Amino acid sequence: MIHAILNKMVAVPVSLLAWVDRRFPITKMWNEHLAHYYVPKNFNFWYFFGSLALVVLAIQIITGIFLTMNYKPSAAEAFASVEFIMRDVNYGWLIRYMHSTGASAFFIVVYLHMFRGLMYGSYKQPRELLWILGMLIYMTLMAEAFLGYLLPWGQMSFWGAQVIVSLFEAMPFGIGLPLAEWIRGDFTISDATLNRFFAYHVIAVPLALLALVAAHIIALHEVGPNNPDGIDINDNQDDDGVPLDGIPFHPYYTVKDIVGVVVFLIFFFSVVFYAPEMGGWFLEHNNFLPADPLKTPEHIAPLWYFTPFYSILRAFTYPFLGIDAKLWGVLAMGFSQLLFFFLPWLDRSPVRSIRYRGPYFRYALYSFVLAFLVLGYLGVKSPSETDLFLFNNTVWAQIFTVVYFAFFLLMPWYTKMDNDEDRPLPARVTG
Amino acid sequence: MSDDGLDLRRRRFLTATTVAVGGLGATFAAVPFVGSLLPSQKAKALGAPVQIDIGKIEPGALHRDEWRGKLVMVVRRTRQNLEDLVALEDELLDPASEREQQPEYARNSYRSIRDEYLVMIGLCTHLGCAPTYRPEVAPDDLGPEWKGGFYCPCHGSRFDLAGRVYKSVPAPANMEVPPYRYLSDTLIEVGVGPEDA
Repeated sequence: MIHAILNKMVAVPVSLLAWVDRRFPITKMWNEHLAHYYVPKNFNFWYFFGSLALVVLAIQIITGIFLTMNYKPSAAEAFASVEFIMRDVNYGWLIRYMHSTGASAFFIVVYLHMFRGLMYGSYKQPRELLWILGMLIYMTLMAEAFLGYLLPWGQMSFWGAQVIVSLFEAMPFGIGLPLAEWIRGDFTISDATLNRFFAYHVIAVPLALLALVAAHIIALHEVGPNNPDGIDINDNQDDDGVPLDGIPFHPYYTVKDIVGVVVFLIFFFSVVFYAPEMGGWFLEHNNFLPADPLKTPEHIAPLWYFTPFYSILRAFTYPFLGIDAKLWGVLAMGFSQLLFFFLPWLDRSPVRSIRYRGPYFRYALYSFVLAFLVLGYLGVKSPSETDLFLFNNTVWAQIFTVVYFAFFLLMPWYTKMDNDEDRPLPARVTG
Repeated sequence: MSDDGLDLRRRRFLTATTVAVGGLGATFAAVPFVGSLLPSQKAKALGAPVQIDIGKIEPGALHRDEWRGKLVMVVRRTRQNLEDLVALEDELLDPASEREQQPEYARNSYRSIRDEYLVMIGLCTHLGCAPTYRPEVAPDDLGPEWKGGFYCPCHGSRFDLAGRVYKSVPAPANMEVPPYRYLSDTLIEVGVGPEDA
């Protein structure tokens, strides 16, 4: 009797699975993407951030859905509705702080994920498209963050949007002003702007983001992941075609990634519960004042994840070649993003991982990271002050803008000078 | 499927024309969506001219008002201010207002219809912050050469009391003078010029 029941308990799901499999390739997908998806065994700390980005994406979508239930996208009501969420909606404070902390966490995770790619040459052949899709995700994420920042309708929301949209006015040939009006839907940032930014933030951009993430993962599973040694594990396979240095993603990395997620969530909720504003870095103080179109805050700075590019924008203070400083700043800022896309072709070294590359690339990468951090710091400061030593903030921003661009523009030369092809590479992955 | 007897040129032509006509159709289909993002009729109506009473502004004082959601600044300049403006010209990027940041009738040394009153959009031409009015002469933070004007706290751009931009600051152009006209000695209308009436 018991035996018969147990038999049935096994037999029913198995036959149900078979029924589904004939109609939808669920077992096939499970095997292709998890159980028989072989990945290098030597992933280190830096390989947590891809899966963490997915976790943050999920947090943002879930908390975002719940925020829309109480938020009102109108200039008259937006600020008050956010305060309503914070004070009167049950757990509203928690959901909103998860969303606001999630925005910064998203960029922390994505920047570390990108740095991993730079270190281990994950952008190189055959992963160029994987890298480009990742960069598109990053650009889309920036758009998403910028659009979402207007929604609380605080002083920084308003003036931040005012500054960024007015960048489009720098466009030449008389298209600047009409373009800015088309973006705003009004002559200034207004109710119309808020309403449409809400639509972009909750529907249009998230859809694009999800599609790009799906494409990024499909491309990753097609070429297989890189690893800290930058050695292709498929060069050494057993008789069944399984890479000798590969292990199935499930259960090995699913379990490992869960540990990463737990550690991440400890940090994440420490911020959510104990320091949701992060001293003004995650939520700016001025944004607790309602938007006032007639009064600019003394000091306008974007949130930290945009400040490196904001510094580059401000670093241009002199007109030259008949183009005014503002347009130069806008062009440089756009260019500073665009250059990332060309990384697979700017890097002329045949070696992927920094472990087996020469000193020029190492020092270039370190300088680039330093430039990125310093520009990020200067971006929240007033340009005329002297917060570092010797020069004022504008001069330092100009110096590190040069370093930033040199990393990309000189790359074809210094990666050649390293002569990486003469350096020994291990035959198999290490560790 | 066999390719026998297939007219590949005809097939290519049909594919190309289908793509071209379809693309044209998609472009037309995009028109209402792209157009719906332009300022609505209501926004345009709210952008109608506003009247500002300038009779109560003291000499040297600033009056702030709003037109099309933008800050409008009206400054009643003193005789001394007007003399200083002429002396400043060497330090300015565009002292003669050659760049079109003002209606033709305000293209003069004081960038105004009547010398005494400056009427101006209160947004920095750099990134759209609102510059602060700093009428005092030679304050500590702006230096001994300062004759009064506007200072943008965002990125340090400086303008004189005619909204003309100084050299070597981030802002590329003089501040914008909106179209306006005098309805009487103490009433102006912002949004229409004298000849539009």
